[in-house]
Amino acid sequence: MKLITCENISLGYEGKLILNNLNFTIQKGIYLSIIGENGSGKTTLLKTLLGLKNPVEGTIFTGDLIQKNQFGYLPQQTIIQKDFPASVEEIVLSGFINQSGLRPFYTKGEKKRAREIMEKLKLSTMKSKCYRELSGGQQQRVLLARALCASTQVLFLDEPVASLDPIVTKELYEIVKQLHQEGMTIIMISHDVSAVLEYSSHILQLGQNDYFFGTKEEYLQKKMEMGGTDWVTV
Amino acid sequence: MGNSIETLLYYLSFPFVRYALIVGVLIALSSSLLGVNLVLKRYSYIGDGLSHVAFGTVSVATILGISSEMIVVMPVTIVTAVLLLRTSKNRKIHGDAAIGMISVGSLAIGYLLLNVFSNSANITGDVCSTLFGSTSILTLTITDVWICVVMSFVVLVIYFLFYHKIFAITFDEDFAKATGVKADAYNTLLSIVTAIIIVLAMNLVGSLLISALVIFPAISAMGIFKNFKMVVLASGIISVICGVVGLLVSILYSTPVGSTIVVANIVVFAITRLITFRKERN
Repeated sequence: MKLITCENISLGYEGKLILNNLNFTIQKGIYLSIIGENGSGKTTLLKTLLGLKNPVEGTIFTGDLIQKNQFGYLPQQTIIQKDFPASVEEIVLSGFINQSGLRPFYTKGEKKRAREIMEKLKLSTMKSKCYRELSGGQQQRVLLARALCASTQVLFLDEPVASLDPIVTKELYEIVKQLHQEGMTIIMISHDVSAVLEYSSHILQLGQNDYFFGTKEEYLQKKMEMGGTDWVTV
Repeated sequence: MGNSIETLLYYLSFPFVRYALIVGVLIALSSSLLGVNLVLKRYSYIGDGLSHVAFGTVSVATILGISSEMIVVMPVTIVTAVLLLRTSKNRKIHGDAAIGMISVGSLAIGYLLLNVFSNSANITGDVCSTLFGSTSILTLTITDVWICVVMSFVVLVIYFLFYHKIFAITFDEDFAKATGVKADAYNTLLSIVTAIIIVLAMNLVGSLLISALVIFPAISAMGIFKNFKMVVLASGIISVICGVVGLLVSILYSTPVGSTIVVANIVVFAITRLITFRKERN
């Protein structure tokens, strides 16, 4: 089942074109890793898929089975969040905002679901703690919990393990793996090629004038044919 | 002490003192609630900018002989607020510079126009009272009070109804947008409400000191509390207490209202810093 289809999209910022003529389809249930050099447009692509930016050219179709408010998103941390006075629970619950319409409060069901998600991500013991006092890994788990409140279908992650130590990184990857096994579609930007090869089912590699989109097996095949270089072309 | 209380009770028997207290409490409350979000979103200086725009508009209205300034000042300030919060996403002039330009620009133009065209005998006095609030809060008419009560009520209701949305958008606008929340609409709502409060607050502390009402209670509260709800509540309470104490002190000792309220806020800020400093040392 098609979730998101990109047809001939070109992306850019501040008038500069960075990605040209991308064509790919994201099927329901895949684990897609987006890799590429710094500045290759990974975050711009993710933001475009999420509807935060418009493509310079081309169209993005979202399938019938998904609506805008069924996207979960784990963005990169902003400066604003670093000293934000908010408890873990407040932040996790804020994931439900997209479902609340004009209702001013969270429902009992939403609060219960938030508790379950916090339990699952081992956040229950710190739910009244202040976000700015948590470790990097705990903060990422809080933002992940919030994303799970927003969506049970698709999860977008923008370099979730940047600045985490190896043990915490492994933990986070395992959580995402579990979510994928439970049926969520995962779309993740990553720097860490070995983890990408271990966990993902599909790979999108962005380069200067080129890109690769395919399954992990196709990626490895291409890589072998090209003599093991890091850069794989279509 | 007994003497002061007697004097105070005597003053409170005058309607204009009661009006001042009602208006003071409402404005202090609404501005401090919005202040938490403005400070967190790095828009602390929007109050300054908007109040100077309001000052410039008041000058123009005075020269044109428009008697009820509010009719002109409110819409102009609201439009400016919406534009300011928009342009900060447009990279050509960044948010802080845009606020600075509009702020100083309107102040200069307002003062210039008043000097060139005004036929008032005491321009410096007029300007001073608009900038520092002076005693205008003690000369409120019942209509002023009603406008203020209704407007603050609207602001408080909006804040209450959209509290969770305002939180979500302040914490992470991109996330809210990506998951389908109409963040731009809420941002516009927030800027309109901010503009309303700023215009109202000009009566209380004047346009130069307005940022104090927005910034101080929020920063004091953030120093002590660790969740958003408590920060918002504490900010409101601190601001109301400082507003009331400041007003009463200024009535008793005939000090300027605006400055006295701001000094009360500074004192509370210093106390909260001491508390956090002690906590950190232990």
